This record gives sequence, C-alpha cells and structure tokens, in this order.
Amino acid sequence: MSLTTFLQHSLTGISLGGSYALIAIGYTMVYGILRLINFAHGDIFMMAGYFMIFAMASLPWAISIPLVIILTVILGVSIERIAYKPLRTAPRMSIMISAIGVSYLLQNLATYLFTALPRAYPEIPFLKKIFRIGDLSASLVTLITPILTIILVFCLLFLINKTKSGMAMRAVSKDFETAQLMGIKLNNTISYTFLIGSFLAAVGSILYFTDRMSVTPFSGTLPGLKCFVAAVLGGIGSIPGAVVGGFLIGICETFLVAFGYSTFSDAFTFILLIVILLFRPTGLFGEKIIDKV
Amino acid sequence: MENNILSIEDLYVSYGGIRAVKGISLKVPQGKIVTLIGANGAGKSTILRTIAGLVKAESGKIIYQDKDIIGSSTSVIVDQGITLVPEGRRVFPDLTVLENLKIGGYLRKDSLDEDIEWVYQLFPILKDRSWQLAGTLSGGEQQMLAVGRALMSRPKLIMMDEPSLGLAPLIVRGIMDIIKTINKEGVTILLVEQNANLALKIAHYGYVCETGSITLEGTGVELLNDESVKAAYLGKKR
Ligand SMILES: Nc1ncnc2c1ncn2[C@@H]1O[C@H](COP(=O)(O)OP(=O)(O)OP(=O)(O)O)[C@@H](O)[C@H]1O
Ligand SMILES: [Mg+2]
Repeated sequence: MSLTTFLQHSLTGISLGGSYALIAIGYTMVYGILRLINFAHGDIFMMAGYFMIFAMASLPWAISIPLVIILTVILGVSIERIAYKPLRTAPRMSIMISAIGVSYLLQNLATYLFTALPRAYPEIPFLKKIFRIGDLSASLVTLITPILTIILVFCLLFLINKTKSGMAMRAVSKDFETAQLMGIKLNNTISYTFLIGSFLAAVGSILYFTDRMSVTPFSGTLPGLKCFVAAVLGGIGSIPGAVVGGFLIGICETFLVAFGYSTFSDAFTFILLIVILLFRPTGLFGEKIIDKV
Repeated sequence: MENNILSIEDLYVSYGGIRAVKGISLKVPQGKIVTLIGANGAGKSTILRTIAGLVKAESGKIIYQDKDIIGSSTSVIVDQGITLVPEGRRVFPDLTVLENLKIGGYLRKDSLDEDIEWVYQLFPILKDRSWQLAGTLSGGEQQMLAVGRALMSRPKLIMMDEPSLGLAPLIVRGIMDIIKTINKEGVTILLVEQNANLALKIAHYGYVCETGSITLEGTGVELLNDESVKAAYLGKKR
C-alpha cells in the first residue's frame, strides 16, 4: 500500500468515524441519563435520511438541512415522551423493550410509507465538490465531517460542563431524586438530552448518507449497532469515549475493507464488542457502572 | 392565633399497597425548629419525601402557607420555599463543591454570590474545598455541603432527614449549632432525627412517630422528660 493510498484510506476512515461519533454520542448521552440503550436511535438516523430526501425534492439544501434537523429532533423527543416517559418508574427491562418496539415500528413505518427499495439520497452540491491535496482527492464532505464533528463535540462539552442546563443534566444522570430536590424538572432535562442526541444524529445522517447515495428502511440498523459498539468501546456514558470509539471503529472498518476483508468488516465490530465486554466492560474511558439507587 | 408555615392533616401514604404513613397530623410554626423522632422504619423519611413531592400521598392535606401543596411537583414545591436535605446527604459526587452549591440555587434567576459567601461563612471548610469534587469530601463535610446546598435556594422551610447519621459526636454538635444559627436567621426547620436527645434539645416542639402514626407530641423539654420517650429513645444516656 503506497503512502497516498494509506492517506486516502485514513481520510475516508476518519470521515466515516466522524459520522459514527456523532451518532454514538446519542447512545451514550441517553444511556448516561436514563440507563437506557435507545435501540431506536439508529432508526431516527435512518428517518433523518428520508426527511432529507423529501425536503430536497422541493426545497434548496440551505433550507432542507435545518428543516431535517428540526424534524429529526421532534421525532427523537416525541419518541421519548410517548414511549419512554410513561415507563419512568417501571423496571429497566420494560423501557428497553419499548425501545426495541419503537425501532421496529420506525423500520416498518418507513417500509410502509417509502417501500423497501433504496431511494437515492439527494446531492448537496457544495459537499460533493472534489478537492485535491497532492495526490489525495476526496469530496468536501469527507474533509468537513471530522472537522464538524470535532467542533460539535467541543460545543457539547462546553454546554455540559459550563452551562446551567449542562449542570442539570449531570445532576440528573447521577441522581434523579436529588436533582428534583434542587428544583430541576426531570422531564425537561431528559427531553433536552434527546434533543441533543437527535440533533447530532441528524447532522451525522446528512454527512453519512451524502457519502452513501441511498437510503432504505434498514439503513439505520447496522450503523446504529456499530455506533452503539463505539459507545461501549469508549465507555458508555462518556462523551469523549463515544467520540474516540466512533473514530476507531470508522477507521478500522475502512482499513478492513481496503485490505479486502469487506465481508468481515461488520463482523469485526461485533467481535470487538464481545472482546470489550469480556476484558474491559467499562470501555476505554468508562467509569465504574454504578446502579442508581 | 397560631401561625403555622406548614400543617399536615390526616396524611396517608402507601408504597404499593403497604401503608407507611397512617393518618398523621402535625404542625410546624413559622420560625421554629420542630423535630420528628422515631425508630427505624417509622415513616419519618416518607413524611418528608411526601411533603417534598417525591412520593405521592394517598389522602390528606399538606397546607403550606395556607395552600394545599399535595400533588404539586417537586420543582414547584422547591420554588415556593421548601427544601429537603435528604437522608444520606446525597451530594453530587462528581460535581465540585461550588457546583453543588450553585445547583442548590438552580431555580433562582438572581446572583448567587452573596449566598455562596454566606454558606462559606457558615462552613469555612467548604471554602477551602471549593474546587474539589464533592465525592472526595469526608462524611461530615458532605453533610455540611448538603445543608449549604439546601440554603442556596433561600428556603423558608428546610427539612433535614437525619443529618447526624454516621457522623462523629463533635461534628454532630457542630451541625446542630448550625441548625440553630440558620433558624435564628428566620428559616423554619423540620428536623427528623434518630438522635432524639440532641434533636429535642434544640427543638421548640417535637413529635414521636411509631409505625406510621404520631404517638406523642410536646415541647422539646416535655418530651425530654417524658418517661416513655426516655425509655424508648434516650436509652441509658441520661
Ligand atoms: N421506596 C419504598 N418502597 C417500598 N417501601 C418503602 C419505600 N420506602 C420506605 N418504605 C417502607 O416504608 C416504611 C417507612 O420507611 P421510612 O423510610 O419512611 O422510615 P424512617 O422512619 O425514615 O426510617 P429510618 O429511621 O430507618 O430512616 C418502612 O417500612 C419502609 O420499609
Ligand atoms: Mg429515614
């Protein structure tokens, strides 16, 4: 493998990793606050893909992008309100099952509404521009994805560590009851978490699908699972962990494909999951998982 | 005319069919220290948690400043001036001391600086630990932080659930002094304690709670000298 191909693949891998990181953050934040693996998160990401297809059918991209983000956020927050909130005091398993139900519901709804045939993802002209550095060439989206990811992660970390609502989120994720005793409204804080997660999933979706060309009702499943593994790899609950996990998995996957193991690349993710769970269940940056009282 | 900041009338609370509080009535006069003592499992914490809106009451009234607050959300109750220092302190371990204080004033829109200074005056040790994570504080320091955090919302009524739990006698005395100081500043206090001796000494009025009912009430001095209280709660200490 020549240096150029190596760099080329690295760039692709980093870019894929960026989209993964954005989605993985949604898993990790929801887990952090509700101890819930939001199985529907990958499908929210898929729905964002369809929103973009329909928005771009009649609107310019500059309006479509914010519209898609808003719709995705509404979808994510509504799912929480309708399917998870009524189960706040139920055993954890019930809410997990509810999440699996929502995941299938979204897939089937998408199949019913949009058929299972792949739909072409619209081109956002400026993202598709080709740029060159020396022998390297890539579309602009490949370059923008990791940069945007890093910027968003810094904004998010600022929000969580330096603002009042971020403080409330940290408090709620540690101790529901005591957080309420401070006057924090649980439901608002939880909605806010889903808002952020869905926002990032929408951005991730636009970046991811721009590179993939088409969307099916099942387009969210595999990336969703991979991003969940990324979150576990980084230490579920940890935002920097999810980001590092996302990048690692994106890069590994790209190189496995490049070396000709493309059939193996998905299996790799799950072997990785098993290995982490066996040898380091708390992940790279995870803290001890303490059950909430 | 009596002036009660809080009065509870015939309160019943159940956990999934099991009654923990069975028709309790009590009054907390404005500006006083009232204590609620009783053995393990008597229902003391349940009463405080119901007042704070964390647990739903089955029936009864909780009149705070002439309004029934039963069914209000915790955030509304806190906003109206009631705070609870929960059993076992429950400081936020991975927030700093200063952040814990700030979050205590979560609902306030005005500047918190003065109140933070006030808490630091009450508990100078917290000032030195300002940037430390609350999880690394000692038990006594965490209790001080829990009290300080509760003060940040500028409450009219503070409820404290066993602040002496697991603390050395010297620290406990310090906490009791602070409770008196806070009370002198005009804050009404409802204190739940197992350490009946200390609680009754600082309280103006007390209630004894046994398996979900009030069995005895009286001024601090009356209860301290009551034979049944002496036998059941003061042990050999006197
Ligand atoms: N979340 C709960 N679910 C079910 N039962 C509960 C719950 N919390 C308390 N109880 C029960 O209600 C009764 C009263 O408990 P509570 O915690 O109010 O007692 P307490 O007087 O505060 O005791 P302690 O002095 O040990 O703190 C007990 O029998 C307890 O087992
Ligand atoms: Mg108790």
